[in-house]
Amino acid sequence: MDRRESLKSMLLGSMGAGLALQSCVTTTPPEVVEDKIWEYTYGRTPKEEEFDNKLLCEQFFEDDELKEIHNLANLILPPNEHGSIDDAKVVPFIEFMAKDVPEFQTKIKGGLMWLNIYCNAKYKTNFVNTPEAQQKEVLDMIAWPDPDAKEHPHEVQFFSLMRNLVMTGYFSSEVGIKELGYKGNTPNNWDGVPQDVLDDHGLAYDPEWLAKCVDPNTRGEIAQWDEEGNLIS
Amino acid sequence: MQIIESQKTYDVIIVGSGAGGGMATKVLADAGLKVAVIEAGPFFDPADPKTRTQLKWPYESPRRGAGTQRDFGEFDMAYGGWNIEGEPYNQIGDTKFDWFRSIMLGGRTNHWGRISLRFGPKDFKGKDRDGLGDNWPIGYEDVKPYYDKVDKLIGVFGSNEKRENDPDGFFLPAPKPRLHELYYIKGAKKSNVDVIPSRLSILTKRINNDRGVCFYCNQCNRSCSVYADFSSGSCLIFPAQKNGGQVDLYVNSMVSEVTIDENGKATGVKYINKEDRQQYALKARVVVLAASACSSARILLNSKSSTFPNGLGNSSGLIGKYLHDSTGTDRMFFIPEMMNRKRYNEDGVGGLHVYSPWWLDNKKLDFPRGYHIEVWGGMGMPGYGTGFNPNSLNKYLGLKVGGYGNGLREDVKKFYGSVMGVSGRGESIAMKDNYCEIDPTTVDEWGIPVLRFNYHWTDHERKQAKHMHETFEEIGHNMGAVVLGNKPTKEQDYGLLNPGRIIHEVGTTRMGSDPKTSVVNEYERLHDVENVFVVDAGPFVSQADKNPTWTILALAWRTSEYIIEELKKQNL
Repeated sequence: MDRRESLKSMLLGSMGAGLALQSCVTTTPPEVVEDKIWEYTYGRTPKEEEFDNKLLCEQFFEDDELKEIHNLANLILPPNEHGSIDDAKVVPFIEFMAKDVPEFQTKIKGGLMWLNIYCNAKYKTNFVNTPEAQQKEVLDMIAWPDPDAKEHPHEVQFFSLMRNLVMTGYFSSEVGIKELGYKGNTPNNWDGVPQDVLDDHGLAYDPEWLAKCVDPNTRGEIAQWDEEGNLIS
Repeated sequence: MQIIESQKTYDVIIVGSGAGGGMATKVLADAGLKVAVIEAGPFFDPADPKTRTQLKWPYESPRRGAGTQRDFGEFDMAYGGWNIEGEPYNQIGDTKFDWFRSIMLGGRTNHWGRISLRFGPKDFKGKDRDGLGDNWPIGYEDVKPYYDKVDKLIGVFGSNEKRENDPDGFFLPAPKPRLHELYYIKGAKKSNVDVIPSRLSILTKRINNDRGVCFYCNQCNRSCSVYADFSSGSCLIFPAQKNGGQVDLYVNSMVSEVTIDENGKATGVKYINKEDRQQYALKARVVVLAASACSSARILLNSKSSTFPNGLGNSSGLIGKYLHDSTGTDRMFFIPEMMNRKRYNEDGVGGLHVYSPWWLDNKKLDFPRGYHIEVWGGMGMPGYGTGFNPNSLNKYLGLKVGGYGNGLREDVKKFYGSVMGVSGRGESIAMKDNYCEIDPTTVDEWGIPVLRFNYHWTDHERKQAKHMHETFEEIGHNMGAVVLGNKPTKEQDYGLLNPGRIIHEVGTTRMGSDPKTSVVNEYERLHDVENVFVVDAGPFVSQADKNPTWTILALAWRTSEYIIEELKKQNL
């Protein structure tokens, strides 16, 4: 059994003979569901895992809606050398969030429909089939919220929500995190701000302060103090 | 359904496994006593790969870490939250008290901020300072030896600063400040606000061979798999077991009441096993409650009998009264000089590397007691929310907000790590009118009557919050930052967060020498019942502008030693 197979069987074992899977085989092929469930293996309580698997089994958006989301997401964040919304799995993420945050559902479904109604009236076709130049004309109308407005029209709110979900879906993905340049989430030895960065910002460490700080060379030695609480190891 | 009685009798039953329960377990088991720990939630070990979230990436989750399942994000290690299905609580009138529970072995210690501050000499004698509230029956000198022992056993980094009301201790070395913290230091010094290294129970240096050393992933809220931060399970309960202690863990077991005999002495507890939904009874010579201030009050109030018709230990009528939380309000800064930052790993420890302890004299102020300032920010791990409103800060640069296309990528990268925040956390005055009590109209899914809350802030706290924002604005200005948002108005209570929100709720079984005006004595023993103790934050007379955990631990150790002595003398 390879690693993936053994993990899968562990997972199924822990779910009580795949009970959660049984409930959804009618709508989605079981191997697809298993693939989705296998993908997520971080620590959750049994209840949380059951809830997630239930959501992963359901499909909220129609296929046409998913195509429209994909189209819109590509306009918000077109692919470049760093990565695409497909690399970042933005559409499945939005599909999941719509099930996880029910108040997104009507806003997104309604917004997608509104885009089609608008394009049908103006361009005699739905959004996806509208040429990109005209799609951008529509976006130009809804992508720039008036900073002084007390309330925003529904279409502007819809676009802001989609922009937020696309941007966060991208920048919380593997490619997005790489593009952002986040360097952490890995064991390391923090030893202060690099000197060139301090110089760039015109800042320096106060020697008196530094004297209270960790010595990376002795931090593996067991701490000992004198009676006054001074560290002596 | 019959109550299933265990034949086994323990020396001590400890209800709850957070900071207080963990410390009692360690001290009592190390002394050779037979201990039962009864925990309402499941077993949890931060080292177990099955439940671990530490070092996971947001894209390993379908919701990228969003807080829909767990209130502080799905990787946060607290099973519970502000509202728990099947275990409700209610409000009286227009009260908005928020109650955070973490129902698991170790309780809230698995995710907490690790800010570990001793109370100072003035903190035990608040009434002497301003006539408000009450003094503790004990002083700093009574607790100091225990703070010292807690420092050495558990480990806390910090620095000895010889400050009157922020006592020195046995500290591990502090981590060097991050870039935004250096900006904060600059702004605070210019504003005459003191700044010192923070004091967090995280091992920046080895403390023994059973626990690892911090590897700077910034994720203490996910509970450390190498035990480099303080969680009650990994640092107290497991070591007690490893040391040969006779510790039986009863998990998923919800205590409903303390049982008593005809003489009014406690005989043990009754609990519901959440797995089989049966009721059980367990016997012990001593009962130690450590279920959290409100949960312990609830258990006592639900322990009604003909001897104690108002609840166990409640002849004063004060159980649940004097509930108080820290004050809190926050603000965010945008630092234009920190745009387009060079990238490097600045995760650091899970929390602030610097903080401002209370620095002023109340004689010159229009509110009592103080607050400290916590600092947060940096180039943190992205997750759900990163990239929201990708260029809203453009308005401070005279640029347009909104749009679409690849320019948004550049916006997100430009602003990454240029926003930081400050949080004021202060002392409120304990008030008899702020309380929790049993709500006779509601039970939880275990059939146990729940709590309802009555809590209102006064002008003392509102004025303190106002002062916090004035200070934030001055510091922000002096560090060259744009202070975001407007200063909260009087109508908004100056931004004061709902009571309960800081998760420092204390005071429900308060300590005193007079049984008429307090619930427990100076050894945290019920005045009314000689073999029942409370070692969570219930006994706090006042909560200081310090986080309560280090004092919970010190007092629980002191109480545990007292229990050992009394058992030796056959007094219990």
